[in-house]
Amino acid sequence: MPTQTTLAPAQGRHFRSQTFQFGSFFFTGLTGLATLLILGILATILIYVVAQGWQGLSWRFVSTIPEKNFFDPATTGVLPMIVGTTIRVIVMTIFVIPVGVITATYLTEYAQTTSLLTRLIRSAVNNLAGVPSIVFGLFGVGFFINFVGRNIDALFHQGESKWGHAGLIWASLTLAVMTLPVVIVATEESLRAIPPGLREASLALGASKLETIVRIVIPQALPGILTGGILAVSRAAGEVAPILFTGVAYYMSGLPKSLTNQFMDLGYHVYVLSTQSPDIEKTRPILYATVVVLLVLTFALNLVAILVRARVRKKLRALH
Amino acid sequence: MGIHRGHRARPLEWIVEKFIFLVSLSAILMVFLIFLFIAREGLPIFLGQMNSALVQEVIPVSELDNLPPEKLVAYLGLTKKQFTEMDKESLRSLMEVKEEAQKEMPEEFRKDKDANINTTEWRYLLRPYQWTDYDKPVSIWQPVGQIPKYNIVPLFIGSLKTTLVGLLFSVPLAVAAAIYVSQMARPRMREIIKPAVELLSSIPSVVVGAFALLAMASVLQNLLGYQTRLNAFVAGIALGFAVIPIVFSISEDALTSVPASYTQAALALGSSKWQAAWQIVLPAALPGVFAATVLGFGRAIGETMIVLMVCSASVMSWNIFESARSITTTIAAEMGEVVNGGHHYRILFMLGSLLFAVTFLSNMTGDIIVHRFKRRLEGKR
Repeated sequence: MPTQTTLAPAQGRHFRSQTFQFGSFFFTGLTGLATLLILGILATILIYVVAQGWQGLSWRFVSTIPEKNFFDPATTGVLPMIVGTTIRVIVMTIFVIPVGVITATYLTEYAQTTSLLTRLIRSAVNNLAGVPSIVFGLFGVGFFINFVGRNIDALFHQGESKWGHAGLIWASLTLAVMTLPVVIVATEESLRAIPPGLREASLALGASKLETIVRIVIPQALPGILTGGILAVSRAAGEVAPILFTGVAYYMSGLPKSLTNQFMDLGYHVYVLSTQSPDIEKTRPILYATVVVLLVLTFALNLVAILVRARVRKKLRALH
Repeated sequence: MGIHRGHRARPLEWIVEKFIFLVSLSAILMVFLIFLFIAREGLPIFLGQMNSALVQEVIPVSELDNLPPEKLVAYLGLTKKQFTEMDKESLRSLMEVKEEAQKEMPEEFRKDKDANINTTEWRYLLRPYQWTDYDKPVSIWQPVGQIPKYNIVPLFIGSLKTTLVGLLFSVPLAVAAAIYVSQMARPRMREIIKPAVELLSSIPSVVVGAFALLAMASVLQNLLGYQTRLNAFVAGIALGFAVIPIVFSISEDALTSVPASYTQAALALGSSKWQAAWQIVLPAALPGVFAATVLGFGRAIGETMIVLMVCSASVMSWNIFESARSITTTIAAEMGEVVNGGHHYRILFMLGSLLFAVTFLSNMTGDIIVHRFKRRLEGKR
């Protein structure tokens, strides 16, 4: 690529040789400043939260089941929240990974890229990714609890309310619907990164299309599928709006015992601590300590996903 | 791709492939179900079938046998399913309860004109109305109280107010950063900045909300010196934090997908790097940047926890330094306390379906623009 320094200044009115240096400096400076500001916001939030939350963290804090009044820094703990968040995320993964991977497989391996149906599926995936999280919460109430849950009760439990109320399973399913696009997009990307030659070789050796997909394509794409799962988990772990009415509880005296129980949740606990505390100055350390626990959970996962994805993308770029 | 074999040779594979096809329809099914079930719960409001009036005409219990079923269902506020499950006796007792309740209402209250109107009608939802003891027509959202007031206009203003502040703050920043990263920065810088911005998007919105509520709100108040500490401005800036990553990554994508030959031609003709970026690449990528803004709008208007934590008082005002209550906040704050199937519940679902429609449209628009833009750059019109 030729650089402008080797070029002789052209004649003509359009070439602004006078303001040249200044303009370049100004423009680069301004856009660079915007970039710095964004990085600064990220750094400020993270450093502030960690600096404030550091002292509140202890082994006792993460391993205690708190009493009803969990605003007291001396006795409180976040064990039930960690357990609740972890379980809801695991149950969600069990539902979302198979559906997401199968959909992505169809889109990359079977679908004709120009057909109307394929475009319809793609636009549905895009739209699902853009639906506000609170709408998923309403959907969880309207569909999972009031429709599915109530009908299960009516059919199998003679109308006794076993399933037709907020609970872990409904919160997890709502989150599974919400994170479906994340898994589909990540899996598709990794499936596309696999060289077509690999598939052709397998087919040439006599394997059928399905055998090729199951034995060759999917195992190769495993890191990418894993990334999708991790991204979905980290997205879901921090979400509060969809679980507000589908399963989360303000307080529970113990850990959840079945999938129909309600649960306590880290993200919701952050919300409760920061908006409903009787004395915000006193609860500040435990609030930020809870935030740190939540961030560690989501960030650790995210960092892994971002690194794996960067590698997948590099591979993809090398192929094309 | 590959050789197509007839399904007769491998019936099991044929079944599995059909299964894969069916599962892949799940995304379409989910979008459809979301729309169906949210609209279903809100439908009585859309159709004006609910009646929230406190004083209602009493139908004597003796009329039970003469009434047509539809009228009875509407009068008792039952669903069709509940109605079919009930026998005559329980219907009779329901009517008695209703009559009793109406009789117990104090005469004074009965004369209040507000107690006689159905506040879930569209004109009370959208237009200002002069309530008893008010000296002028007002638009207020006050769903709890003797006479529920469900004017949704302040909520829309609240949503738009915070969203616009968020977009005005985040779009210039994110687009400028996208230009820097895609056009000016060295590749190594790019590899650091892009994951960092992605990391910003992975901060949960409750954390951003807590940060805005407990740290940022006071700092901004000290800087700008406005009256209300928790206002739409603070919420908007915090919303901006959530919108920046989306606008950044889509704009960056659009800017990078402008063919390198454009820049090379500009450089060869003697323009500087920034002139090429500003006058050639940015105009070429403008549809993509616009799409990024539209998608950022969809994200901002649907964000719940940040606005819920920062400000939630409903105010009918466009002033960004006053509080605001957005649609999402309203749903999140009130859904937990409503009677399942009551008017308030239905109105919240109605708001949810409006929100769904707005984000659906903005996402569709954004996607279509991105799609066309990519095709144009590839030379297909």
